Amino acid sequence: MNDGVPILTAMTLTPWIGGCLLVGLGARHRSLARGVGLGVSLITLALGFLAWAGFDPGEGGMQWVERHSWIPGLGVEYVVGVDGLGLAMVALTVLLVPMALLVSWTLTERVPLYFGLVLWLEAGLIGTFTALNFFHWFLFWELCLIPAFFLIRLWGGPDRGSAATQFFVYTMAGSVALLLAFLALFLATGTFDFGRLAELGGRGGWAARFEENLDWGGVSGSTLARLVFLGAFLGFAVKVPVMPFHTWLPSAYAEAPTGTTMLLTGAMSKMGVYGILRILIPLFGAEARALLAPLLWLAVAGGVIAAATAFAQRDLKRMFAYSSVNHLAYCLLGIFAAVGAGGEAGRLDPERSMALGGVVVQMFNHGITAAALFAFVAFLEQRSGGRRGIEDFGGLRRRVPVFCGLMGAAVFASLGLPGLSGFVGEFMIFKGSFALEPAAAATAALGLLLTAVFLLTFLHRVFHGPLNPRWAGMADLGGRELLAVVPAMALMLVIGVVPQALLGVLKATVTRWVGDWGP
Amino acid sequence: MSGAPYLDMLRWLAPEVLLAVTAGVVLFVDLGLARSRPLQFRSRLAGGLTVLGMLAGLAWLCQVPIVARWGGGILALGPLTSVVKGVLVGLTVLTVLIAMGSDPPPHVGEFYALMVLATVGMCLMVSSREMLMIFLALELTSLCLYVLTAFQPRNPGAVRAALQYFLFGSVASAFLLFGFSLWYGLCGSTGLADVAAALRARGLDPLAGVALVMVITGLGFKVAAVPFHLWAPETYRGAPTPVAALIAAGSKVASFVLLAQVLGVGLDAVAGSAAWGGWRSGWMPVAAVLAVGSMAWGNLAALVQDDVKRLLAYSAIAHGGYLIVGLFAVVQPADHGLGVSAMVYYLATYGLTLVGAFGVISVLERQGVGSRFADLAGLSRRSPLLAGCWLVLLLSLAGIPPLAGFFGKFYVFTMAVAAGGGDLGLLWLVVVAILFSAVSLYYYLKALKPVFVQPPTASAAPLRITLTEGIALGVIVAAVVLLGVLPGWIVDGVLEAVQAQSWLSN
Amino acid sequence: MLAWTLYVSFAGAAVLACLPRRRAAAARWLALGVALLGAVFALAGVSEHKPGAGLETITRLPWIPFLGADYHLAVDGISVTLILLTAVAAVAGILFSWNIEERVPAFFAFYLALIGGVYGVFLSCDLLLLFVFYEIAIIPKYFLIAIWGSTRKEYGAMKLALYSFGGSALVLVGIIAAFVVAAQQTGVATFSIEALSRVAFPAAFQRWAFPVVFVGFAILAGLWPFHTWAPTGHVAAPTGASMLLAGVVMKLGAYGCLRVAMGLFPAGLEVWRGAFAVLAVVGIVYGALAALVQRDFKFVIGYSSVSHMGFVLLGLMTLNEIGVSGAVLQMFSHGVIAGLLFGVVGRMVYDRTHTRDLSELEGLRLSRALPFAAVTFVIASAASMGLPGFSGFVAELQVLVGSWRAFPAAALVAGVGIVVGVAYLLRALQSAFFTDDPGFAGGAGVAVGSGSRGVLGSVSMPERVGAVLLMAVTLAVGLYPRWLLDWIVPAVHSMLEGLGRGGVS
Repeated sequence: MNDGVPILTAMTLTPWIGGCLLVGLGARHRSLARGVGLGVSLITLALGFLAWAGFDPGEGGMQWVERHSWIPGLGVEYVVGVDGLGLAMVALTVLLVPMALLVSWTLTERVPLYFGLVLWLEAGLIGTFTALNFFHWFLFWELCLIPAFFLIRLWGGPDRGSAATQFFVYTMAGSVALLLAFLALFLATGTFDFGRLAELGGRGGWAARFEENLDWGGVSGSTLARLVFLGAFLGFAVKVPVMPFHTWLPSAYAEAPTGTTMLLTGAMSKMGVYGILRILIPLFGAEARALLAPLLWLAVAGGVIAAATAFAQRDLKRMFAYSSVNHLAYCLLGIFAAVGAGGEAGRLDPERSMALGGVVVQMFNHGITAAALFAFVAFLEQRSGGRRGIEDFGGLRRRVPVFCGLMGAAVFASLGLPGLSGFVGEFMIFKGSFALEPAAAATAALGLLLTAVFLLTFLHRVFHGPLNPRWAGMADLGGRELLAVVPAMALMLVIGVVPQALLGVLKATVTRWVGDWGP
Repeated sequence: MSGAPYLDMLRWLAPEVLLAVTAGVVLFVDLGLARSRPLQFRSRLAGGLTVLGMLAGLAWLCQVPIVARWGGGILALGPLTSVVKGVLVGLTVLTVLIAMGSDPPPHVGEFYALMVLATVGMCLMVSSREMLMIFLALELTSLCLYVLTAFQPRNPGAVRAALQYFLFGSVASAFLLFGFSLWYGLCGSTGLADVAAALRARGLDPLAGVALVMVITGLGFKVAAVPFHLWAPETYRGAPTPVAALIAAGSKVASFVLLAQVLGVGLDAVAGSAAWGGWRSGWMPVAAVLAVGSMAWGNLAALVQDDVKRLLAYSAIAHGGYLIVGLFAVVQPADHGLGVSAMVYYLATYGLTLVGAFGVISVLERQGVGSRFADLAGLSRRSPLLAGCWLVLLLSLAGIPPLAGFFGKFYVFTMAVAAGGGDLGLLWLVVVAILFSAVSLYYYLKALKPVFVQPPTASAAPLRITLTEGIALGVIVAAVVLLGVLPGWIVDGVLEAVQAQSWLSN
Repeated sequence: MLAWTLYVSFAGAAVLACLPRRRAAAARWLALGVALLGAVFALAGVSEHKPGAGLETITRLPWIPFLGADYHLAVDGISVTLILLTAVAAVAGILFSWNIEERVPAFFAFYLALIGGVYGVFLSCDLLLLFVFYEIAIIPKYFLIAIWGSTRKEYGAMKLALYSFGGSALVLVGIIAAFVVAAQQTGVATFSIEALSRVAFPAAFQRWAFPVVFVGFAILAGLWPFHTWAPTGHVAAPTGASMLLAGVVMKLGAYGCLRVAMGLFPAGLEVWRGAFAVLAVVGIVYGALAALVQRDFKFVIGYSSVSHMGFVLLGLMTLNEIGVSGAVLQMFSHGVIAGLLFGVVGRMVYDRTHTRDLSELEGLRLSRALPFAAVTFVIASAASMGLPGFSGFVAELQVLVGSWRAFPAAALVAGVGIVVGVAYLLRALQSAFFTDDPGFAGGAGVAVGSGSRGVLGSVSMPERVGAVLLMAVTLAVGLYPRWLLDWIVPAVHSMLEGLGRGGVS
């Protein structure tokens, strides 16, 4: 129906071209750069609306598909398309970028370059979420790294050098592992297309295929399949991140300029989970099932530890950074729980659907919520001259009530208060997972508890109590800032109250997954 | 034996006669007519006459085919001999042109006359297959060269060099004569063909072995092979530069041709084998040892030189080693033609290159530039033409394509490997040769570096090249380049000539 | 048409050799004109050659009949790719050498002679002719470094010349032996590469001939452990020469390995494959690790060349279509990228700051003083790291695939090499351009290029044009590699078929 219409390519190219224009501008044209940057991101947002509107919720497969031949000799095609997951992620991206730009409005140094890099990052993100052939999926995956690196390196905090380097090198190392894994797959099948690869090897077919095509002297097909799976998993694990591959994250999030951190946590972190859902599980369902227990408990343990670590943080950005790790761990819980129970067809299907649906919802919601939280931290920083320790504030409620109200709402959404978006995702994940993997789910629930503790503590320390005299003159949220966060807040409310708005487009996709990821 | 056909002999040896007459004319004109004129004028006159005479001889060689066998090998002339003689005369013409540009020696007439006579001797050396004739010709050449070496009596280095050359040379001649006399004793005749027959009959017994060693020693001295090379560095440095050129080029060419003829005509029976894993005694293993020694010692000693003339001397020793490798190709009947053409090509182009190199040095000496590397600094600025010639000549010696030196080495080595048979028995020798040749690039670049890389010293003035020097260098450089790119010009001619006359016993 | 690239370059060199010293501007423009003309001929000639057409003869004249050597020029897809690389690198190199002040005509004379020799090697289909052109290239290299170079130029030049000459000595041994054996086996004396590839040399002969010839060529390709001339030589050379040396001349060695060593001695290849694959992989990692610890910016790039050439050699040893095509593509890709890297380091940075020490550069805040250089280096680093979108990614991808099939462990180690590559490039990038100035959050405007060196001149037009040209090429090939792969793959396919007949499994 909507195949062949190049709306996805347009959505990828528009910010790319915008970025090229901006990067070429001289550093003096600040207002022009801001205007152009915001304008381009809004155009992309409009395109995103169009894509959403034209999306058929009843169809579980890929829509808006475009297919062109590129390097036939290597089985490489330019193929893009979205299903429910892809659409949700693309929507998340196009929503977050204008927000991030508005939050970064007060930047003064080399503004055109900054805005240009953000737009390039947007292009890379949209490209990753829409690509269906490994070659250019990998291209966009890697291309996100450069703008992110420079955003951290040039506008970041005092320790930005090592933070940026760590970020880049870790991610690249993971990417190399991912690349090697996919090359093995290519050798066995001659294609890089995700759909084809899933068909050929998804239901435990790799062992046989490897034995047939890759004669590696003695290593059995199934061992090889697991090694390849682990290589691919490593690539995604660094991105999500899964403990213990997370050590790059706190510094990167803390040192990056906060507008960038919004994108890092809101969209880039979703690249990892997206990768697992789009690539890892469809291709390696059987291997994942074989290694399920360690993967599951790795995710869960990571989540709980992250929450505990967040509690110990003094720097607000680090706190929310660890909180991100925790929230994404729930996604992994949901995924692995759903995968693990796939041994028998039909059994526990509703629970699996619920868990998987919850995962995507959580991805979307966390993106919005975390971005909003970091936006608020940015506003704090901009008012406090860069300070963002939890002890630095106090009693702000009296001085900036609107700010506190909105940030409080965002905090509660992050907590999972019913009525706000965060609840929906977490509820669905836990409801589904309790039926599938009760022990793991129960342990993960500890994380919920810890999250509640540190978030409430945060609220108390920063907003309640006696007003810290230093901030007696703090200004409340201005027009631009409201413009940045109000749409997000609105979304949090809408999705909390009417989750169908999001779930509608996901249902068909999730159903298809549950069917496909069977034995 | 009936009376010698003197008229025929005159015709056969017309070029040599022409040359001898030229020598006489030069002496007469210089000592008789031009004695009172300034030295520079006398030098030009004598040189001009010499060149004319030699060109006449060259023309005769090119136009008139000379084929003759007389006296059981006393004279063995044919197209191949004419080609070689042409090369020799040509090299001497170029040398004389160079000499005309340099400071005139005190005894002008004698100088040029001796050069001509030395050339006569060289021509006779390659024309004969009979031991006495060979010896006479050899002595003629050597004596002339000894005297020429001493031609700057006020330069103590020259006198010392000449004395050394003379003493070594005399001892070597004695060895040669002794060896020849032993051979005479073996077969009762002085013709090399008879020696060959006798050796085929007796094989390599002690007497023949001793004779063989003596002959090789004597000839080895002439080609400056290790360990008979000790005279070379001093002589090249001490002698006047044109004389050094003559020794290095003309004399070497003639000596190698002589060696090839002696080995090819006379000694196939006692050849032995130097193949890897198939060592048999004879002259081949000895030659292999001489070759390796020359290449090794020549190249390694050259690495540490800082005087250009000594460098050329050691490089000459090394090139002698490569040429000895080429001898293996010459004496194989299967590839004889190609082997001969390889040797002649290499000899001709090597001779040209060396005359050119000494020519450049002569130009520099005339204008007060010393021959140490440091003295060459900034030459590319002082005279780009001269620097360009130096570049081409040294690169040719190093064996860089597309110059003649590369093709010569390549051709000679290929033929030597082919001569070793299907199992590549002589490959080891060629490998050694190639490796040492690679090492040689180091010292040639060392000699080129000051010319191009270093700036000239403060007192540096532009350098001039005289007309005769210019002609000579121009011809040489053009030949080195053209013959390198299109070697067929020489090789085809030689291949044709070999059809009619070979160096093997027949 | 393609042969004219060769003639034009040598003619240009001859004319420039005769120009007097003072005519510097004329010399530059003449050299550029000649290089552009050569590039035009290259493109025109390449468009005449259809992909998949096999070896097409351009010229064949008898040269040395008594040895069976002809003046035989021919191309197939592989040669075509490398000729295009030479054309691009030549133009870029001349642009980056625009600022040479000393003895300009002589510089460009040597430069064009070197380019002519390189074209000759890629065009030759006769073994002797190939060898002649290969050797011709050595002397201009020596003089380019010895006269116009920098750090330890005389030592670097001599080392490079001697290693190259030593390598070609080994090759010469192999060539002579092969010629003689072939002549005795078939009764026909010939130097034609086509004909010699079809001769079935005895197995024992190939067993020693292959490593001798391969190592002889691989020395120039920077095979570990014979690579030590490369960093020293490239650092000592002036920028234009470094670009050409690392970019194109090292590829001469790899090309020789492929065409001559592998083409002539397939049975020997089969025996020695594993050993050379190991050396190649060691080179990848060693080069990367060495680059990581260098203090001199140019040495970082020098060692990175050794590392990238390791990929080429690994790809050649895989002996499958995808690996060998990847190796050829990597030859092209690295040629362009190395040109970019040396252009930035040597020309844009060193010629202005007169220092290459990374710790000194840290204080100079070059990202503000030389923004064009900073951007170019970012792009060049991204390409060198193997980021997708640039030519290096496709090439390394193919080599890795090929290696997975043939030597899986090697692919893993190569992957490690890639990660180390990221690290050293990031380190150099950060030290040289993006060091810790106070940051935009707090710092007030800092004087451009402040520090004791004063204001640095901005990047000139020739440098910009050269850089843009190279960046465009690597991007174009990275995004649309078909342009080159359509030529490379059929040629590799027929070459591998030939090897298969010769006894390679």
